[in-house]
Amino acid sequence: MQPKPIALKILDVVSIIVLAVSTYLALFFAPTELVMGQVQRVFYFHIGTAWVGLLGFIIAALSGIVYLITKDMRWDRFEVAAVEVSTVFFFLTIVLGSIWARPAWNTWWTWDPRLTTAAVTELIYIAYFMLRQGIDDPEKRARFGAVYTLLGGVSAPITFMVIRLFRTIHPVIVGAANANQEKMSMTSDMKVAFFFALFAFTVIFIDLIWHRIRLGGLEEKVEQLKLKVSL
Amino acid sequence: MQNVEPSSFPLHPSSLPSRPSLFKATFAIVQKDLAAEFRSFELVSAMLVFSLLVIIIFNFALELDVKVRQSVTAGVLWTTFAFAGTLGLNRSMATEKDRGCMDGLLLAPVDRSAIYFGKAISNLAFMLIVEAVVLPVYSVLYNVNLFRFDLLGVILLGSIGYVAVGTLLSAMSVQTRTREVLLPILLFPVAIPVLLAAVKASGGLLAGAEFAEVLIPLNILIVYDVVFIAVAFMVFDFVVEE
Repeated sequence: MQPKPIALKILDVVSIIVLAVSTYLALFFAPTELVMGQVQRVFYFHIGTAWVGLLGFIIAALSGIVYLITKDMRWDRFEVAAVEVSTVFFFLTIVLGSIWARPAWNTWWTWDPRLTTAAVTELIYIAYFMLRQGIDDPEKRARFGAVYTLLGGVSAPITFMVIRLFRTIHPVIVGAANANQEKMSMTSDMKVAFFFALFAFTVIFIDLIWHRIRLGGLEEKVEQLKLKVSL
Repeated sequence: MQNVEPSSFPLHPSSLPSRPSLFKATFAIVQKDLAAEFRSFELVSAMLVFSLLVIIIFNFALELDVKVRQSVTAGVLWTTFAFAGTLGLNRSMATEKDRGCMDGLLLAPVDRSAIYFGKAISNLAFMLIVEAVVLPVYSVLYNVNLFRFDLLGVILLGSIGYVAVGTLLSAMSVQTRTREVLLPILLFPVAIPVLLAAVKASGGLLAGAEFAEVLIPLNILIVYDVVFIAVAFMVFDFVVEE
């Protein structure tokens, strides 16, 4: 087994530090929001996890396409890593959002476009793992996985568009579609906490994906060894 | 296929018997599926009985009285079609796989997309046959007129989108260990846009909305159909290759 690369070790330490700093910024540094109060602090991590969650799904769909073209197993490992890490982060986003929604909207859940799309996307990627689990041949597993991430990547934006037909109550942070939408305004200290959370979760995301890719390589080795023994 | 004399090898590509066109090959597969189905009625009868049972269950589950009926008819119909659809999609691909017909199809010297289009068109035909029976039955049972050209158009568009993705995914799910169980799990989350848009459009029409009011869900249905037929056409090769 290859020893852990030094860069990854450094990244591990950096991830822990930025997470700690981001927690401090969100909980203590950022001012308390006037209307929503303390619960608004959930928002920094909510956005952070949502951002990397989406990023991972886009990466997964793209690496799926690259896999189908190149048939290089490394892209498959990258795709699995991205989906797996994103599924967890996206779940965190939904939970954090619910914690915020309870006092703000007086309900844990509403069938708003963003929430529904998030739930559907999460289900697509759970289905993705079930699909992979049912296939023994690694090459076929990679092919089907790539096809399914591609379908999921195409379908999720359309889901969003369809549900947009209903009215939304989700606040828009960046790029409100029209002036009537509720827009959160942030003070400069809030912006510091906000952008640092985005940065922190991106670092953590890269770190976790790197670990997962290495794990994928080991899994493959174990599978090959098992085959050798059974022969 | 024509027999080629061994002595005539090596052959120049131009002297080989020409491959049947995509259209002809697709048509041949549809013909085979429909012929097999009309001999046994295995698939359509199962889908039909299942659909009627679903409607009966909805009747009791939702207490479909006059008031409720108006708002949920579109939802009940599309849920029924979606469930019956998975039943048919599963069966139609499973028969190919079980009897080794899929290998035969793959060996045929035709473009692989002909297999996709052939299976998709025959699946669509089965679904439309079921819908053609369910709609009048529902109309009679609940005294609503479902025979309107605009509504039938929505149902056709929705079924096309559903079958386009379903055929691709059923080709994948039959090759896995969990098979029948997996198809709805794979299909439903990806098909949510088409089902949502279809429910919205047909619900609007049934509620007496103007055609212009349901234009947005209708456009989404068309976009979904076009996009997913294109995607499925592009990736089907990867799903069936050995």
